[in-house]
Amino acid sequence: MTHEIVMAGFGGQGVMLMGQLMTYAGMLENKQVSWMPSYGPEMRGGTANCSVIISDEPIGAPIITEPTAVVAMNLPSLDKFEPALRTGGILIINSSLIEQKAKRSDVKEYRVPSNDIASELGNLKVANMVVLGAIIAATKAVSQESVMQAFAKMFAKKPGLLEINEKAIKRGAALVEGK
Amino acid sequence: MAEKILMKGNEAIGEAAVVAGCRHYFGYPITPQSELIEYMAKRLPQVDGVFLQAESEIAAINMVYGAAGAGARVMTSSSSPGISLKQEGISYIAGAELPCVIVNMVRGGPGLGSIQPGQCDYFQATKGGGHGDYHNIVLVPNSVQELVDYTILAFELADKYRNPVMLLGDGALGQMMEPIAFPQGAAAAPAKPWATTGLRGRKEPNVINSLHIQAPDLEKHNIHLQAKYKTIRENETRWETYKTDDAELVLVAYGISARVALSAMEQARAAGMKVGLFRPITAWPFPYEALAPLAGKAKAFLAVELSAGQMVEDVRLAVNGASPVYHYGRLGGMICSPKEVLGEVTKIMQGKEGK
Repeated sequence: MTHEIVMAGFGGQGVMLMGQLMTYAGMLENKQVSWMPSYGPEMRGGTANCSVIISDEPIGAPIITEPTAVVAMNLPSLDKFEPALRTGGILIINSSLIEQKAKRSDVKEYRVPSNDIASELGNLKVANMVVLGAIIAATKAVSQESVMQAFAKMFAKKPGLLEINEKAIKRGAALVEGK
Repeated sequence: MAEKILMKGNEAIGEAAVVAGCRHYFGYPITPQSELIEYMAKRLPQVDGVFLQAESEIAAINMVYGAAGAGARVMTSSSSPGISLKQEGISYIAGAELPCVIVNMVRGGPGLGSIQPGQCDYFQATKGGGHGDYHNIVLVPNSVQELVDYTILAFELADKYRNPVMLLGDGALGQMMEPIAFPQGAAAAPAKPWATTGLRGRKEPNVINSLHIQAPDLEKHNIHLQAKYKTIRENETRWETYKTDDAELVLVAYGISARVALSAMEQARAAGMKVGLFRPITAWPFPYEALAPLAGKAKAFLAVELSAGQMVEDVRLAVNGASPVYHYGRLGGMICSPKEVLGEVTKIMQGKEGK
Protein backbone atom coordinates (compact mmCIF):
# COMPACT_ATOMS: atom_id res chain seq x y z
CA MET A 1 0.00 0.00 0.00
CA THR A 2 1.31 3.43 -0.95
CA HIS A 3 -0.21 6.66 0.35
CA GLU A 4 0.61 9.73 -1.69
CA ILE A 5 -0.72 12.72 0.17
CA VAL A 6 -0.60 16.38 -0.83
CA MET A 7 -1.19 18.94 1.91
CA ALA A 8 -1.71 22.52 0.85
CA GLY A 9 -2.65 25.89 2.26
CA PHE A 10 -1.43 29.38 3.02
CA GLY A 11 2.10 29.74 4.34
CA GLY A 12 1.70 29.87 8.12
CA GLN A 13 -1.23 27.41 8.34
CA GLY A 14 1.15 24.65 9.33
CA VAL A 15 0.88 22.32 6.35
CA MET A 16 4.64 21.61 6.37
CA LEU A 17 4.49 20.52 10.01
CA MET A 18 1.43 18.31 9.39
CA GLY A 19 3.38 16.58 6.66
CA GLN A 20 6.50 16.20 8.75
CA LEU A 21 4.59 14.67 11.67
CA MET A 22 2.92 12.15 9.38
CA THR A 23 6.25 11.32 7.74
CA TYR A 24 7.94 10.93 11.11
CA ALA A 25 5.10 8.67 12.29
CA GLY A 26 5.53 6.52 9.18
CA MET A 27 9.24 6.21 9.91
CA LEU A 28 8.46 5.13 13.48
CA GLU A 29 6.24 2.39 12.00
CA ASN A 30 9.20 1.25 9.87
CA LYS A 31 7.51 2.26 6.64
CA GLN A 32 9.24 3.85 3.67
CA VAL A 33 8.61 7.59 3.81
CA SER A 34 9.51 10.82 2.06
CA TRP A 35 8.54 14.46 2.60
CA MET A 36 9.00 17.03 -0.07
CA PRO A 37 8.05 20.70 0.24
CA SER A 38 7.08 22.97 -2.55
CA TYR A 39 9.29 25.93 -2.06
CA GLY A 40 9.12 29.26 -3.78
CA PRO A 41 10.16 32.82 -3.19
CA GLU A 42 7.16 33.34 -0.89
CA MET A 43 6.74 32.27 2.73
CA ARG A 44 4.05 33.53 5.14
CA GLY A 45 0.84 34.37 3.32
CA GLY A 46 1.87 32.70 0.07
CA THR A 47 0.74 29.24 -0.95
CA ALA A 48 2.63 26.28 0.41
CA ASN A 49 2.28 22.56 -0.05
CA CYS A 50 4.12 19.39 0.74
CA SER A 51 4.06 15.88 -0.65
CA VAL A 52 4.13 12.99 1.80
CA ILE A 53 4.64 9.41 0.68
CA ILE A 54 4.14 6.54 3.12
CA SER A 55 4.66 3.14 1.59
CA ASP A 56 5.47 -0.51 2.20
CA GLU A 57 7.65 -0.44 -0.93
CA PRO A 58 10.84 1.57 -1.57
CA ILE A 59 9.94 5.05 -2.83
CA GLY A 60 10.94 6.12 -6.33
CA ALA A 61 9.97 9.65 -7.24
CA PRO A 62 9.23 11.75 -4.14
CA ILE A 63 7.05 13.93 -6.36
CA ILE A 64 3.30 13.33 -6.44
CA THR A 65 1.24 13.99 -9.54
CA GLU A 66 -1.82 11.86 -8.74
CA PRO A 67 -2.38 11.97 -4.98
CA THR A 68 -4.36 9.33 -3.09
CA ALA A 69 -5.36 12.06 -0.62
CA VAL A 70 -5.46 15.85 -0.67
CA VAL A 71 -5.71 18.25 2.25
CA ALA A 72 -6.93 21.71 1.25
CA MET A 73 -6.55 24.30 3.99
CA ASN A 74 -7.71 27.15 1.74
CA LEU A 75 -9.66 27.67 -1.48
CA PRO A 76 -6.73 28.10 -3.90
CA SER A 77 -5.38 24.75 -2.69
CA LEU A 78 -8.72 23.05 -3.29
CA ASP A 79 -8.95 24.50 -6.81
CA LYS A 80 -5.38 23.45 -7.56
CA PHE A 81 -5.29 19.90 -6.22
CA GLU A 82 -8.85 18.53 -6.41
CA PRO A 83 -8.54 17.79 -10.15
CA ALA A 84 -5.33 15.79 -9.58
CA LEU A 85 -6.84 13.48 -6.95
CA ARG A 86 -7.14 9.84 -7.92
CA THR A 87 -10.56 8.28 -8.36
CA GLY A 88 -11.71 7.09 -4.95
CA GLY A 89 -9.20 9.41 -3.28
CA ILE A 90 -9.69 11.24 -0.01
CA LEU A 91 -10.34 14.98 0.01
CA ILE A 92 -10.12 16.85 3.32
CA ILE A 93 -11.51 20.36 3.12
CA ASN A 94 -10.97 22.97 5.82
CA SER A 95 -14.61 24.05 5.87
CA SER A 96 -13.92 26.92 8.28
CA LEU A 97 -12.31 28.79 5.41
CA ILE A 98 -13.75 27.03 2.35
CA GLU A 99 -17.45 27.18 1.54
CA GLN A 100 -17.04 25.46 -1.82
CA LYS A 101 -17.92 21.75 -1.92
CA ALA A 102 -16.00 19.09 -3.79
CA LYS A 103 -16.75 19.33 -7.52
CA ARG A 104 -16.01 15.69 -8.12
CA SER A 105 -18.34 12.88 -7.18
CA ASP A 106 -15.74 10.12 -7.53
CA VAL A 107 -13.78 11.13 -4.41
CA LYS A 108 -14.51 10.87 -0.70
CA GLU A 109 -15.03 14.32 0.78
CA TYR A 110 -14.56 15.16 4.47
CA ARG A 111 -15.41 18.68 5.60
CA VAL A 112 -13.46 19.65 8.71
CA PRO A 113 -14.19 23.02 10.37
CA SER A 114 -10.67 23.06 11.76
CA ASN A 115 -10.41 26.74 12.71
CA ASP A 116 -13.73 26.58 14.56
CA ILE A 117 -12.73 23.44 16.45
CA ALA A 118 -9.33 24.94 17.24
CA SER A 119 -10.90 28.08 18.64
CA GLU A 120 -13.30 25.94 20.72
CA LEU A 121 -10.21 24.24 22.12
CA GLY A 122 -8.84 27.67 22.95
CA ASN A 123 -5.93 27.83 20.53
CA LEU A 124 -6.34 28.74 16.86
CA LYS A 125 -2.82 27.51 16.15
CA VAL A 126 -3.89 23.86 16.46
CA ALA A 127 -6.23 24.03 13.44
CA ASN A 128 -3.66 22.07 11.45
CA MET A 129 -3.62 19.34 14.11
CA VAL A 130 -7.40 18.95 13.83
CA VAL A 131 -6.91 18.35 10.12
CA LEU A 132 -4.01 15.99 10.80
CA GLY A 133 -6.31 13.94 13.03
CA ALA A 134 -8.84 13.83 10.20
CA ILE A 135 -6.36 12.76 7.53
CA ILE A 136 -4.87 9.93 9.58
CA ALA A 137 -8.32 8.69 10.48
CA ALA A 138 -9.46 8.86 6.85
CA THR A 139 -6.36 7.31 5.25
CA LYS A 140 -5.16 5.05 8.10
CA ALA A 141 -1.68 5.65 6.66
CA VAL A 142 -0.27 5.80 10.18
CA SER A 143 -1.73 5.34 13.65
CA GLN A 144 -2.69 8.16 15.98
CA GLU A 145 -0.26 6.74 18.56
CA SER A 146 2.66 7.02 16.12
CA VAL A 147 1.74 10.62 15.33
CA MET A 148 1.71 11.44 19.05
CA GLN A 149 5.09 9.73 19.45
CA ALA A 150 6.42 11.75 16.52
CA PHE A 151 5.03 14.92 18.09
CA ALA A 152 6.69 14.15 21.41
CA LYS A 153 10.03 13.61 19.62
CA MET A 154 9.82 16.69 17.42
CA PHE A 155 8.74 18.91 20.31
CA ALA A 156 10.82 17.24 23.02
CA LYS A 157 11.80 20.68 24.32
CA LYS A 158 8.16 21.81 24.63
CA PRO A 159 6.30 18.98 26.41
CA GLY A 160 3.62 21.46 27.47
CA LEU A 161 2.31 21.56 23.89
CA LEU A 162 1.46 17.87 23.82
CA GLU A 163 -1.92 17.99 25.56
CA ILE A 164 -3.66 20.63 23.42
CA ASN A 165 -2.31 19.13 20.22
CA GLU A 166 -3.43 15.65 21.18
CA LYS A 167 -6.91 17.01 21.89
CA ALA A 168 -6.97 18.65 18.48
CA ILE A 169 -5.86 15.48 16.70
CA LYS A 170 -8.52 13.43 18.53
CA ARG A 171 -11.25 15.92 17.61
CA GLY A 172 -10.28 15.76 13.95
CA ALA A 173 -10.20 11.97 14.02
CA ALA A 174 -13.58 11.75 15.78
CA LEU A 175 -15.13 13.92 13.12
CA VAL A 176 -14.07 11.50 10.39
CA GLU A 177 -14.87 8.35 12.33
CA GLY A 178 -18.31 9.63 13.26
CA LYS A 179 -19.19 9.97 9.61
CA MET B 1 24.39 2.62 12.64
CA ALA B 2 22.42 4.70 15.07
CA GLU B 3 18.64 5.12 15.28
CA LYS B 4 17.01 6.48 12.14
CA ILE B 5 16.18 10.15 12.12
CA LEU B 6 14.19 12.31 9.74
CA MET B 7 16.29 15.07 8.24
CA LYS B 8 16.31 17.54 5.37
CA GLY B 9 18.88 16.81 2.67
CA ASN B 10 20.82 20.02 3.17
CA GLU B 11 21.11 19.52 6.91
CA ALA B 12 22.04 15.87 6.45
CA ILE B 13 25.04 16.94 4.33
CA GLY B 14 26.14 19.24 7.14
CA GLU B 15 25.99 16.55 9.80
CA ALA B 16 27.67 14.04 7.48
CA ALA B 17 30.54 16.49 7.00
CA VAL B 18 30.94 16.74 10.77
CA VAL B 19 30.90 12.93 11.05
CA ALA B 20 33.60 12.85 8.36
CA GLY B 21 35.81 15.10 10.47
CA CYS B 22 35.21 18.35 8.62
CA ARG B 23 35.92 21.19 11.04
CA HIS B 24 36.25 24.04 8.56
CA TYR B 25 33.46 25.48 6.44
CA PHE B 26 33.43 28.64 4.38
CA GLY B 27 30.40 29.71 2.37
CA TYR B 28 27.88 32.29 1.37
CA PRO B 29 24.11 31.70 1.54
CA ILE B 30 22.01 30.94 -1.53
CA THR B 31 18.69 29.14 -2.06
CA PRO B 32 18.16 26.15 -2.27
CA GLN B 33 21.07 25.17 -0.01
CA SER B 34 20.91 27.81 2.73
CA GLU B 35 19.88 25.21 5.35
CA LEU B 36 23.36 23.71 4.92
CA ILE B 37 25.29 26.88 5.71
CA GLU B 38 22.82 27.57 8.54
CA TYR B 39 23.43 24.09 9.94
CA MET B 40 27.20 24.55 9.81
CA ALA B 41 26.92 27.94 11.54
CA LYS B 42 25.18 26.23 14.44
CA ARG B 43 27.02 22.92 14.46
CA LEU B 44 30.70 23.67 13.87
CA PRO B 45 31.19 25.82 17.00
CA GLN B 46 29.83 22.85 19.03
CA VAL B 47 32.74 20.69 17.82
CA ASP B 48 35.41 23.41 18.06
CA GLY B 49 35.29 23.92 14.32
CA VAL B 50 35.58 27.05 12.23
CA PHE B 51 32.50 28.41 10.49
CA LEU B 52 32.90 31.55 8.48
CA GLN B 53 30.36 33.25 6.28
CA ALA B 54 32.59 34.88 3.70
CA GLU B 55 31.90 38.18 1.98
CA SER B 56 31.41 36.35 -1.31
CA GLU B 57 31.60 32.93 -2.94
CA ILE B 58 34.99 33.87 -4.39
CA ALA B 59 36.33 34.64 -0.94
CA ALA B 60 34.85 31.40 0.41
CA ILE B 61 36.53 29.14 -2.14
CA ASN B 62 39.87 30.87 -1.56
CA MET B 63 39.47 30.30 2.19
CA VAL B 64 38.90 26.65 1.30
CA TYR B 65 42.15 26.77 -0.71
CA GLY B 66 43.98 28.10 2.34
CA ALA B 67 42.50 25.66 4.85
CA ALA B 68 43.06 22.69 2.52
CA GLY B 69 46.69 23.80 2.08
CA ALA B 70 47.05 23.69 5.85
CA GLY B 71 45.78 20.10 5.82
CA ALA B 72 42.22 20.67 7.11
CA ARG B 73 39.18 18.65 6.04
CA VAL B 74 37.28 21.57 4.56
CA MET B 75 34.03 22.15 2.73
CA THR B 76 32.15 24.88 0.92
CA SER B 77 28.69 24.77 -0.57
CA SER B 78 26.51 26.83 -2.85
CA SER B 79 24.02 26.59 -5.66
CA SER B 80 24.53 27.15 -9.36
CA PRO B 81 25.28 30.91 -9.69
CA GLY B 82 27.48 30.75 -6.60
CA ILE B 83 29.33 27.72 -7.95
CA SER B 84 30.08 29.66 -11.14
CA LEU B 85 31.78 32.30 -8.99
CA LYS B 86 33.94 29.63 -7.35
CA GLN B 87 35.32 28.20 -10.59
CA GLU B 88 38.61 30.12 -10.62
CA GLY B 89 39.37 28.89 -7.12
CA ILE B 90 38.40 25.30 -7.98
CA SER B 91 40.82 25.32 -10.91
CA TYR B 92 43.59 26.62 -8.59
CA ILE B 93 42.77 23.93 -6.00
CA ALA B 94 42.86 21.22 -8.69
CA GLY B 95 46.17 22.61 -9.99
CA ALA B 96 47.69 22.78 -6.53
CA GLU B 97 46.33 19.27 -5.80
CA LEU B 98 44.48 20.04 -2.61
CA PRO B 99 41.68 17.97 -1.10
CA CYS B 100 38.36 19.68 -0.46
CA VAL B 101 34.62 19.07 -0.81
CA ILE B 102 32.39 21.41 -2.81
CA VAL B 103 28.62 20.97 -2.65
CA ASN B 104 26.44 22.22 -5.50
CA MET B 105 22.68 21.96 -4.91
CA VAL B 106 21.76 22.84 -8.45
CA ARG B 107 18.92 25.20 -9.38
CA GLY B 108 17.50 26.33 -12.70
CA GLY B 109 19.78 28.43 -14.92
CA PRO B 110 21.36 30.13 -16.78
CA GLY B 111 22.17 33.39 -15.00
CA LEU B 112 20.43 33.93 -11.69
CA GLY B 113 17.85 31.51 -13.06
CA SER B 114 15.28 30.15 -10.59
CA ILE B 115 15.46 28.65 -7.12
CA GLN B 116 13.85 25.34 -8.07
CA PRO B 117 15.75 22.09 -8.73
CA GLY B 118 17.83 21.61 -11.86
CA GLN B 119 20.54 19.36 -13.29
CA CYS B 120 21.79 21.93 -15.76
CA ASP B 121 25.27 22.23 -14.21
CA TYR B 122 26.40 18.77 -15.36
CA PHE B 123 28.73 20.16 -18.02
CA GLN B 124 30.23 22.64 -15.59
CA ALA B 125 30.78 19.97 -12.93
CA THR B 126 32.14 17.22 -15.15
CA LYS B 127 33.81 18.93 -18.08
CA GLY B 128 35.86 21.53 -16.29
CA GLY B 129 33.98 24.60 -15.15
CA GLY B 130 37.22 26.41 -14.47
CA HIS B 131 40.13 26.67 -16.86
CA GLY B 132 42.77 24.06 -17.60
CA ASP B 133 43.00 20.29 -18.02
CA TYR B 134 41.57 19.18 -14.71
CA HIS B 135 38.76 17.10 -13.27
CA ASN B 136 36.73 17.19 -10.13
CA ILE B 137 35.53 13.86 -8.83
CA VAL B 138 31.75 14.33 -9.09
CA LEU B 139 29.37 12.29 -6.91
CA VAL B 140 25.65 12.32 -7.75
CA PRO B 141 23.51 10.99 -4.86
CA ASN B 142 19.79 10.28 -5.29
CA SER B 143 18.44 10.14 -1.73
CA VAL B 144 18.99 11.84 1.60
CA GLN B 145 20.82 8.73 2.86
CA GLU B 146 23.12 8.90 -0.16
CA LEU B 147 23.76 12.59 0.54
CA VAL B 148 25.09 11.39 3.90
CA ASP B 149 27.06 8.44 2.56
CA TYR B 150 28.60 10.30 -0.37
CA THR B 151 29.46 13.41 1.65
CA ILE B 152 31.58 11.14 3.82
CA LEU B 153 32.99 9.36 0.77
CA ALA B 154 33.75 12.77 -0.78
CA PHE B 155 36.09 13.66 2.08
CA GLU B 156 37.79 10.27 1.86
CA LEU B 157 38.30 10.50 -1.91
CA ALA B 158 39.49 14.11 -1.70
CA ASP B 159 42.21 13.13 0.76
CA LYS B 160 43.07 9.91 -1.06
CA TYR B 161 43.69 11.65 -4.38
CA ARG B 162 44.45 15.21 -3.20
CA ASN B 163 41.69 16.39 -5.49
CA PRO B 164 38.56 18.53 -5.21
CA VAL B 165 35.40 16.41 -4.95
CA MET B 166 32.05 17.87 -5.90
CA LEU B 167 28.80 16.59 -4.43
CA LEU B 168 26.33 17.41 -7.19
CA GLY B 169 22.78 17.47 -5.84
CA ASP B 170 19.77 19.59 -6.63
CA GLY B 171 17.19 21.72 -4.91
CA ALA B 172 14.77 18.80 -4.50
CA LEU B 173 17.28 16.55 -2.72
CA GLY B 174 18.33 19.48 -0.55
CA GLN B 175 14.78 20.32 0.51
CA MET B 176 13.27 16.87 0.96
CA MET B 177 13.21 14.83 4.16
CA GLU B 178 13.83 11.10 4.41
CA PRO B 179 14.83 8.77 7.24
CA ILE B 180 18.60 8.45 7.53
CA ALA B 181 21.21 6.91 9.75
CA PHE B 182 24.72 8.19 10.25
CA PRO B 183 27.65 5.79 10.27
CA GLN B 184 30.07 5.95 13.17
CA GLY B 185 32.62 7.98 11.23
CA ALA B 186 34.81 8.28 8.20
CA ALA B 187 38.24 6.84 7.62
CA ALA B 188 40.66 9.15 9.42
CA ALA B 189 42.40 11.68 7.21
CA PRO B 190 45.75 10.36 6.02
CA ALA B 191 49.01 12.05 7.03
CA LYS B 192 49.54 15.20 4.96
CA PRO B 193 53.30 15.75 4.87
CA TRP B 194 52.79 18.25 2.05
CA ALA B 195 50.65 20.61 4.15
CA THR B 196 51.98 24.07 5.00
CA THR B 197 51.99 23.75 8.75
CA GLY B 198 55.55 24.85 9.53
CA LEU B 199 58.94 23.33 8.85
CA ARG B 200 58.81 20.87 11.79
CA GLY B 201 62.49 20.10 11.54
CA ARG B 202 62.56 19.87 7.74
CA LYS B 203 64.98 22.06 5.81
CA GLU B 204 62.85 22.63 2.70
CA PRO B 205 59.56 24.48 3.18
CA ASN B 206 56.41 23.01 1.64
CA VAL B 207 55.09 25.15 -1.18
CA ILE B 208 51.49 25.08 -2.39
CA ASN B 209 51.15 26.69 -5.76
CA SER B 210 49.42 26.30 -9.10
CA LEU B 211 51.90 28.48 -11.01
CA HIS B 212 54.54 26.66 -13.08
CA ILE B 213 56.04 29.48 -15.11
CA GLN B 214 58.29 27.20 -17.18
CA ALA B 215 56.18 25.41 -19.80
CA PRO B 216 58.15 22.12 -19.59
CA ASP B 217 57.56 22.06 -15.82
CA LEU B 218 53.86 22.70 -16.30
CA GLU B 219 53.63 19.98 -18.94
CA LYS B 220 55.26 17.56 -16.52
CA HIS B 221 52.77 18.59 -13.83
CA ASN B 222 49.89 18.09 -16.27
CA ILE B 223 51.13 14.64 -17.20
CA HIS B 224 51.21 13.79 -13.51
CA LEU B 225 47.65 15.07 -13.10
CA GLN B 226 46.44 13.01 -16.06
CA ALA B 227 48.05 9.89 -14.60
CA LYS B 228 46.16 10.57 -11.38
CA TYR B 229 42.87 11.01 -13.26
CA LYS B 230 43.50 7.68 -14.99
CA THR B 231 43.90 5.98 -11.59
CA ILE B 232 40.68 7.62 -10.41
CA ARG B 233 38.85 6.42 -13.53
CA GLU B 234 40.07 2.88 -12.92
CA ASN B 235 39.28 2.77 -9.21
CA GLU B 236 36.46 5.12 -8.40
CA THR B 237 33.87 4.83 -11.19
CA ARG B 238 30.54 3.99 -9.55
CA TRP B 239 27.12 3.12 -10.92
CA GLU B 240 24.05 1.00 -10.27
CA THR B 241 21.75 -0.96 -12.58
CA TYR B 242 18.11 -1.98 -12.15
CA LYS B 243 16.56 -4.69 -14.33
CA THR B 244 18.90 -4.03 -17.24
CA ASP B 245 19.51 -7.74 -17.97
CA ASP B 246 16.53 -8.23 -20.27
CA ALA B 247 15.83 -4.54 -20.96
CA GLU B 248 14.99 -3.48 -24.48
CA LEU B 249 15.04 0.15 -23.40
CA VAL B 250 17.53 1.39 -20.81
CA LEU B 251 16.80 4.63 -19.00
CA VAL B 252 19.90 6.52 -17.90
CA ALA B 253 19.45 9.00 -15.11
CA TYR B 254 21.20 10.32 -12.01
CA GLY B 255 20.17 12.14 -8.83
CA ILE B 256 16.54 13.14 -8.44
CA SER B 257 15.83 12.17 -12.08
CA ALA B 258 16.91 8.62 -11.30
CA ARG B 259 14.14 8.48 -8.68
CA VAL B 260 11.59 9.64 -11.25
CA ALA B 261 13.01 7.26 -13.86
CA LEU B 262 12.85 4.34 -11.40
CA SER B 263 9.14 4.97 -10.81
CA ALA B 264 8.55 5.24 -14.57
CA MET B 265 10.51 2.01 -15.09
CA GLU B 266 8.37 0.13 -12.54
CA GLN B 267 5.20 1.43 -14.21
CA ALA B 268 6.51 0.40 -17.63
CA ARG B 269 7.38 -3.08 -16.31
CA ALA B 270 3.89 -3.36 -14.84
CA ALA B 271 2.57 -2.57 -18.34
CA GLY B 272 4.69 -5.39 -19.78
CA MET B 273 7.48 -3.28 -21.30
CA LYS B 274 11.04 -4.48 -20.79
CA VAL B 275 12.64 -1.33 -19.40
CA GLY B 276 15.72 -1.01 -17.18
CA LEU B 277 17.59 1.79 -15.46
CA PHE B 278 21.29 2.62 -15.44
CA ARG B 279 22.24 5.10 -12.74
CA PRO B 280 25.66 6.78 -12.68
CA ILE B 281 26.80 7.45 -9.10
CA THR B 282 29.96 9.18 -10.26
CA ALA B 283 29.27 11.71 -13.03
CA TRP B 284 33.04 12.09 -13.33
CA PRO B 285 34.43 9.58 -13.89
CA PHE B 286 31.37 8.66 -15.98
CA PRO B 287 30.80 4.87 -16.11
CA TYR B 288 31.34 4.56 -19.88
CA GLU B 289 32.73 1.03 -19.67
CA ALA B 290 29.82 -0.25 -17.61
CA LEU B 291 27.23 1.29 -19.90
CA ALA B 292 28.86 0.30 -23.20
CA PRO B 293 28.10 -3.48 -23.00
CA LEU B 294 24.39 -2.74 -22.59
CA ALA B 295 24.43 -1.15 -26.05
CA GLY B 296 24.75 -4.60 -27.60
CA LYS B 297 21.67 -5.87 -25.78
CA ALA B 298 19.25 -2.94 -25.50
CA LYS B 299 17.52 -1.56 -28.57
CA ALA B 300 17.51 2.02 -27.34
CA PHE B 301 18.51 4.34 -24.51
CA LEU B 302 16.65 7.24 -22.96
CA ALA B 303 18.54 9.81 -20.90
CA VAL B 304 16.29 11.54 -18.38
CA GLU B 305 17.72 14.69 -16.81
CA LEU B 306 16.62 18.15 -15.70
CA SER B 307 18.53 19.84 -18.51
CA ALA B 308 18.27 20.38 -22.24
CA GLY B 309 20.66 17.46 -22.79
CA GLN B 310 24.02 17.34 -20.99
CA MET B 311 24.59 13.87 -19.52
CA VAL B 312 23.05 12.44 -22.69
CA GLU B 313 26.32 13.35 -24.46
CA ASP B 314 28.21 10.98 -22.16
CA VAL B 315 25.58 8.32 -22.80
CA ARG B 316 26.13 8.75 -26.56
CA LEU B 317 29.91 8.47 -26.07
CA ALA B 318 29.40 5.21 -24.18
CA VAL B 319 26.86 3.76 -26.62
CA ASN B 320 29.01 4.93 -29.53
CA GLY B 321 26.33 4.70 -32.19
CA ALA B 322 25.38 1.09 -31.42
CA SER B 323 21.78 2.03 -30.53
CA PRO B 324 19.69 5.18 -30.70
CA VAL B 325 19.99 7.44 -27.66
CA TYR B 326 17.01 9.66 -26.86
CA HIS B 327 16.70 12.43 -24.35
CA TYR B 328 13.88 13.68 -22.16
CA GLY B 329 14.29 16.67 -19.87
CA ARG B 330 12.53 19.52 -18.14
CA LEU B 331 14.13 22.93 -17.86
CA GLY B 332 14.44 25.96 -15.65
CA GLY B 333 13.55 24.35 -12.33
CA MET B 334 10.66 22.14 -13.46
CA ILE B 335 10.73 18.47 -12.42
CA CYS B 336 9.51 15.73 -14.73
CA SER B 337 6.92 13.30 -13.44
CA PRO B 338 7.05 9.50 -13.76
CA LYS B 339 3.97 9.80 -16.00
CA GLU B 340 5.78 12.07 -18.46
CA VAL B 341 8.75 9.72 -18.58
CA LEU B 342 6.43 6.75 -19.04
CA GLY B 343 4.91 8.62 -21.98
CA GLU B 344 8.34 8.93 -23.61
CA VAL B 345 9.11 5.29 -22.84
CA THR B 346 5.85 4.17 -24.43
CA LYS B 347 6.52 6.21 -27.58
CA ILE B 348 9.98 4.69 -27.98
CA MET B 349 8.78 1.15 -27.22
CA GLN B 350 6.04 1.51 -29.82
CA GLY B 351 8.63 2.55 -32.35
CA LYS B 352 7.49 6.12 -32.48
CA GLU B 353 10.35 8.53 -32.30
CA GLY B 354 11.42 9.88 -28.90
CA LYS B 355 12.12 13.52 -28.37
